[in-house]
Amino acid sequence: MTRHTLSVLVENKPGVLARVSSLFSRRGFNIESLAVGPTEVPDVSRMTIVVNVESLPLEQVTKQLNKLINVLKIVELDQGAAVAREIMLVKVRADIDSRSKVIEVVQLFKAKVVDVAPEALTIEITGNPEKLTDFLKVMEPFGIKELVKSGMVAVGRGSRSISDRSTRPADKAGERTA
Amino acid sequence: MSEQVTGAQSLVLSLEAAGVTDVFGIPGGAILPLYDPLMDSRQIRHILVRHEQGAGHAAEGYAAASGRVGVCMATSGPGATNLVTPIADAHMDSIPMVAVTGQVASASIGTDAFQEADIRGITMPITKHNFLVTNPHDIPQAIAEAFHLASTGRPGPVLVDVSKDALQAMTSFDWPPTINLPGYHPVTRPHAKQVREAARLMVEARQPVLYVGGGVIRANASAALLRLAELTGIPVVTTLMARGAFPDDHALQLGMPGMHGTVAAVGALQKADLLVTLGARFDDRVTGKLSSFAPNATVIHADIDPAEIGKNRFAEVPIVGDLLEIIPELIVAIEAEHAAGRQGDYEGWWSQLSHMRQTYPLGYDLSEDGLSPQYVIERLGVISGENSIYTAGVGQHQMWAAQFIKYNKPRTWINSGGLGTMGFAVPAAMGAKVAAPDKTVWAVDGDGCFQMTNQELVTCTINEIPIKVALINNSSLGMVRQWQTLFYNERYSNTDLHSHRLPDFVKLADAYGCHGLRCETPDEVDATIEKAMSLNDAPVVIDFVVHKDAMVWPMVAAGMSNDEIMVARSMAPEWGSDD
Repeated sequence: MTRHTLSVLVENKPGVLARVSSLFSRRGFNIESLAVGPTEVPDVSRMTIVVNVESLPLEQVTKQLNKLINVLKIVELDQGAAVAREIMLVKVRADIDSRSKVIEVVQLFKAKVVDVAPEALTIEITGNPEKLTDFLKVMEPFGIKELVKSGMVAVGRGSRSISDRSTRPADKAGERTA
Repeated sequence: MSEQVTGAQSLVLSLEAAGVTDVFGIPGGAILPLYDPLMDSRQIRHILVRHEQGAGHAAEGYAAASGRVGVCMATSGPGATNLVTPIADAHMDSIPMVAVTGQVASASIGTDAFQEADIRGITMPITKHNFLVTNPHDIPQAIAEAFHLASTGRPGPVLVDVSKDALQAMTSFDWPPTINLPGYHPVTRPHAKQVREAARLMVEARQPVLYVGGGVIRANASAALLRLAELTGIPVVTTLMARGAFPDDHALQLGMPGMHGTVAAVGALQKADLLVTLGARFDDRVTGKLSSFAPNATVIHADIDPAEIGKNRFAEVPIVGDLLEIIPELIVAIEAEHAAGRQGDYEGWWSQLSHMRQTYPLGYDLSEDGLSPQYVIERLGVISGENSIYTAGVGQHQMWAAQFIKYNKPRTWINSGGLGTMGFAVPAAMGAKVAAPDKTVWAVDGDGCFQMTNQELVTCTINEIPIKVALINNSSLGMVRQWQTLFYNERYSNTDLHSHRLPDFVKLADAYGCHGLRCETPDEVDATIEKAMSLNDAPVVIDFVVHKDAMVWPMVAAGMSNDEIMVARSMAPEWGSDD
C-alpha cells in the first residue's frame, strides 16, 4: 500500500462532504486524512484527501469520485512536486522541572507555545507529517495529555494552479493507449 | 414578468415542462400541497398506487419500456423510504428515473419531526444524484437538472426532496431554468484512436466475441449493433440485461452468458481471444470466478461510465463514450480495415462454437407428474410473440423467462438484474403497459415474488391497465430451494410457501377485479394462454401450478470458474476439440 494525496475541487454545497466520505466507506477505501475548506473561487471548496491504497484501487477511487456530480476536479499530488503541511496542537505535561526542557524542543522544531498552564504547555506545530511524527517522538517522554491534527493540506509546487493542471491520467481512460 | 405561483404549482409546471405525462405515486402529509395543483394538470396523469415500492418499480418499467424518464412520487418519511428499494434497483440497472418526495417543513428538518426521514442522506449511495430543495425559487432548476442527470450519460435515478414550506410558499416560475452542473460532463464521443485500435484487434482476432450488456439497450444502439455484428461475423452473447439487444433468432446469437447462461455463450467467453465489450460491466454473475474468466482474452471495453472500465477486469482498449456513437464509428473503422484487405477469419472459431451450440442447446426435461415451468414459459413466448413485453421478478422463473422466451427486439425484456429485487414484475409490468398501452405486457412472476407486490393489480384494474400475469407457482422460493437441493443437502429451510394451498390465486385475482385462470396440466397450457390473450378489459392472472423440483440449468455455482459449468446436475459439458 502506498500513500496518495488527492486534491479535490468540489462545489461548496450542503452534503458534499457526506457524499465524498460515504463513497469512500461504501467502496471500502480508507481515508487517512481529509481536510476541507474554501478556495480563492467563491462556491468552490477544496479537499485534500490522503488515502492508503494500491494504484489500481486508487484509479477506482478517482473515477468514482469523479462521478459525484458536485466534484469538479481531482488531481493527485506527487509527493516530490507538492508542498504538504499539517497543523497540530499538542498539550504536553510540563511542570516547573521539565518546562525549560520542553521549551527547548519547541524551539528546535520551530514550534510555538500557544498556552501556558502550571502543569502543561500547549504547543502549535506546523509541518509535513514526518516532522510532526518526529516532534511527537521527542515529546512523548514528557507526557502527552492531548493532541489534535488538522489533516494534511497540500498544494503543487511551481506557478501553475490546480485549475491549469490536467486531471490524473487514470481519469482519462478513453485517451490511454493500449 | 414571470408568473407568481406556489412552490407546488411551480413543481407541477416544471414537471410538465420536462415533458412528464405519467407519474406513479401516493400522497401524504408533507407532499399534500403538491397533489392539489397536480389534480388540475391536463398533461400529467397521476396513477395512485397501493405501495410506494409499486410506484418506483412502475416508474422503472415505464422507463425501461420507453426510454423516457420514469417518475414516481411519495411523501416524507415512510413514503420516501418505501421508494428506497426501487431507487437502488434503478441505480444498479441504470434506469432513468426521477423520484419526487415531500419533506417536512424546513424549520423542522433535523428535529425528528413526524414522518421525517433524511431521504437525501439515505439515498446518497443509491442515486446518481439527489437534491433537497427548501427554497421555492430553486424548484424549476432542481427538476430540470434532475431530468437532465437521469437521462444523460449513464442513466440513473435522481431524487428531488422538497420541503413542505417550499411547496406552500409563493415563488415565480421561469422555464427553462439555467442548468448549472459544472462537475457533470459525460463523454459521449469516443476517442478515434481507441476505436481504430479496437477495429484492428477485431479483424486480427481469431476467436472474438461481442459481449453485449444492457448499455446497448439504454443507448438505443441495437440497430447499430446488428450492423456491426453482420459486418464482422463475430458471435454475440447478450447478458441478462441485454436480452433483446440482439435478435435471438439471428445466426450470430449464442445466447445469454453467465451463471445460467448457455454452454455456447459461456464457452465462447471462456475461449475467446478478444472480448468486444459493449455496455456490459463484468458482473460476477457473468464472469464467475473473476480470475479465471476469459483467461486468454484481450479486452476492448466500451462504456459511457469511465468508472466501469477496469473496475473488475483490466481493459487493454478502453473506449469511453455513448454506444450510439461508438458502434457506428467502429463500423466505419472496420470498413476501413476491410477496404485495406484485412478481414477477420473466424471460420475455425465458428466451427467450435457451432459444435457447442448444437451439442448443448438449452433444454429441460418434461415432468412426468405435473407441469414443467419451462414448458409454460416457452409456450408463453411462442404464443404471445416477439412484440409483447415481458417483465419478470427474481429467481427461477426469471432465468427461465430469460432463457426460453425468444427476444428479438430491445425493450421487450424488463427485469431486475443488478439488485435482484423480488416483487419487481407486477409493478414494472404496470409501468411498461402505461408507457406502451398498445402492447401486450406479461409479468412472468413467481409465487414468492408475486406475494410481495401483487397489491398493484388493484391499481391496474382501477386505472384500466390490463397487464397479464403468468404466475409460475411452484409453491416455494424456487431458486433458494434449488441452492438448498444442490448445496445444503436438500434441507429445505424456510422455502416452502405452501402456495399450492394458500392463497387461492384465482380468488385473489377475482378479488382484485382481475380475470383469474388456473392451469395445472400441459394440455391446458396453450388454451389458457390464448384465453388470457383474448381478455383485455381487465388484468389477467394465470395460476400455473407447476412442480417444484424443476431446476435452472445450465449453472455455474457461485464463486466457481465458468469452466465448471454444469449442463445438468453432475453433468459437465464436453468442451469439444480445442485448437
